[in-house]
Amino acid sequence: MNKNKIYNILFCGIGGQGVLKASEICGIAAIKDGFNAKKSEIHGMSQRGGSVESHLRFGKEIYSPIIPEGDVDYLVPFYKDEHDRMAFLLKKEGVDLLNWLEKAENEIKDKYLINTYMLGALSRYLPISEESWLYAIENVFNKFIDKNKEIFLIARS
Amino acid sequence: MNNSIEFLSGNEALAQGAWEAGLKVACAYPGTPSSEILETLSTYKEVDSQWSVNEKVAFEVALAGAIGGARSLYASKHVGLNVAMDPLMTSAYTGINAGFVIVTADDPEIHSSQNEQDNRYVAKFAKIPLLEPSSPEEAKRFIKEAFDISEKFDIPVLFRMTTRISHSKQDVAVSEREEIANKKFEINIPKYVMVPKNAYKRHIDLEKRIRLLKDFSNETDLNKIEIGESNIGIITDSVSYLYVKETFPEASVLKLGMCYPFPDKLVQEFAKKVKELFVIEELEPFIEEEVKILGLKPKVKHDTFKIGELKPEYIPYIIRQEEKPVSKLAPARKPSLCKGCPHEQVFLALKKYDPVVTGDIGCYTLGALPPLEMLHSCVCMGASITFMEGIQKAIGQKVIAVIGDSTFVHTGVAGLINAAYNKAKGVVIIMDNSTTAMTGSQPHPATGVTIKGEETKKLVLEDLCKACGADNVDVINPHKREELEKIMEKRINEDKLSVIITRFPCILVAKKGMYKTEDSEKEKNK
Repeated sequence: MNKNKIYNILFCGIGGQGVLKASEICGIAAIKDGFNAKKSEIHGMSQRGGSVESHLRFGKEIYSPIIPEGDVDYLVPFYKDEHDRMAFLLKKEGVDLLNWLEKAENEIKDKYLINTYMLGALSRYLPISEESWLYAIENVFNKFIDKNKEIFLIARS
Repeated sequence: MNNSIEFLSGNEALAQGAWEAGLKVACAYPGTPSSEILETLSTYKEVDSQWSVNEKVAFEVALAGAIGGARSLYASKHVGLNVAMDPLMTSAYTGINAGFVIVTADDPEIHSSQNEQDNRYVAKFAKIPLLEPSSPEEAKRFIKEAFDISEKFDIPVLFRMTTRISHSKQDVAVSEREEIANKKFEINIPKYVMVPKNAYKRHIDLEKRIRLLKDFSNETDLNKIEIGESNIGIITDSVSYLYVKETFPEASVLKLGMCYPFPDKLVQEFAKKVKELFVIEELEPFIEEEVKILGLKPKVKHDTFKIGELKPEYIPYIIRQEEKPVSKLAPARKPSLCKGCPHEQVFLALKKYDPVVTGDIGCYTLGALPPLEMLHSCVCMGASITFMEGIQKAIGQKVIAVIGDSTFVHTGVAGLINAAYNKAKGVVIIMDNSTTAMTGSQPHPATGVTIKGEETKKLVLEDLCKACGADNVDVINPHKREELEKIMEKRINEDKLSVIITRFPCILVAKKGMYKTEDSEKEKNK
């Protein structure tokens, strides 16, 4: 692993899907492991069904809170249409987690757990310890913590 | 919490820093992207925090807290500061006693506002120093400096955030609070009573303070030169600095954390060190104008960059002196009224009459979007009832005003009094969802709950409207459509000034149980 590498993750979906929460968990897990992290988001009216995107960057030293255009390493979609809007921002060698979204929608009955499932899938690609992921989940969710951990681990392994 | 690292938003980091700096009084009216500042401050027991009725009120209470001797803070969005301009302009004259910081959260790109005014100009207009962090980490650090500068120079400090800084998060080191003893309040008529004779002398004093602040601006490490390897030198501020560092890490940079008073000597020194001088800033040419006044000829951005946020990928375009590129991103999904929103019922009922509807600022502004298209004006907070009166004068037909409960209390009341006093007729609909919904469900006087969730005196809107001079005040549940339409029909056809309060709690507040109101309790017990 390149120590100076910056990881650029783009989460996208619509209001109410837990996009910001997922990004938050990833950021907390990254700083728990000693990385610098920056997260950027647009909210305000998003709660009312609008597009929501969140940029999460971590690594040794991060300047811009938003990912420069075309520099996305991991695209984590929560909603197919939003994925299609954002897909061109992915690097050529970047990872698109759309297939994981399709899997999540088939396997997870409770739509409120899809974001946790997607995080579990994302965690397979990132140099963040499982301990820190679980710590972040405990800190961000205020209920159903065990259920969220369980779903996270199912997608992770 | 003890000297640990936390993942904080710009607003949370600012609040943390202000708390650490011994803040005692904090006032605001909610507004995206500033609302979380007071929401965070309200969790600290040492800070006397409040949602004020509007920004003018918030500003005056906080300013007076500082004059009284306690470190105080005001926060609002950029357009909120317009409402507080009256006390703001004269506060530079009176000065403060204990530190006073005015936080403005600007909204480049108009993510959630009615315009994208650049409040850096407010500092120059009001003659108060301007501090601008570029990140949450700097917001925490700079806010402490802001209080020190305020006290050192006896002047309020304008502290400018933007949506990007307020709502981005990063790892921030937090520490303990430093208790600062209150300064003694002394009666000082020449300083605090701004009648012409005193104000004239205070203006002379203000010019003196601004000269001292200019010297400070040239020396402070809020403004710093970073020499790089290339011939390019870039003067920049706010979040633009981070985009410059991201895209041109080899450039020399003069990062301005304090843009006003402008550090003229430092800029001239920097200009001598570099071959090619650029100014890169978001929105208006604030720095550009100051640099050009010095006789320097920097390369600057194309006019197209005055509109919207900067982005890291735009920086090479500015360096190449090109126009802003057209975004390749397809349009975003628009927000809409939530399923089951009580506002929707009112718009659907109004559709029957095909009226002209003057609107205001809140979730119900979404009533302008198709398929409803039942709201026809929105300029600023409180402009629905006054617009009703004005448009009627011109078109000679009855107009309907719609306004939310929080907005009515904010600045709608004066419009209703004015309409009654000046014999205007019309129908005002107060869409009362018993919260400030659009900005994240903050309580207000008519909810009977404070920012800390404590019960307080409840403003009764129907009594208030009657006292303002409304001929009729009806209160109705908007989900009872038939009744609502009957009342509307009656009031629209009368030659009266009527208020219809459509009252039903916002479904988000009811769902989250954020705070209890009589109506949300009734709803829950159904």
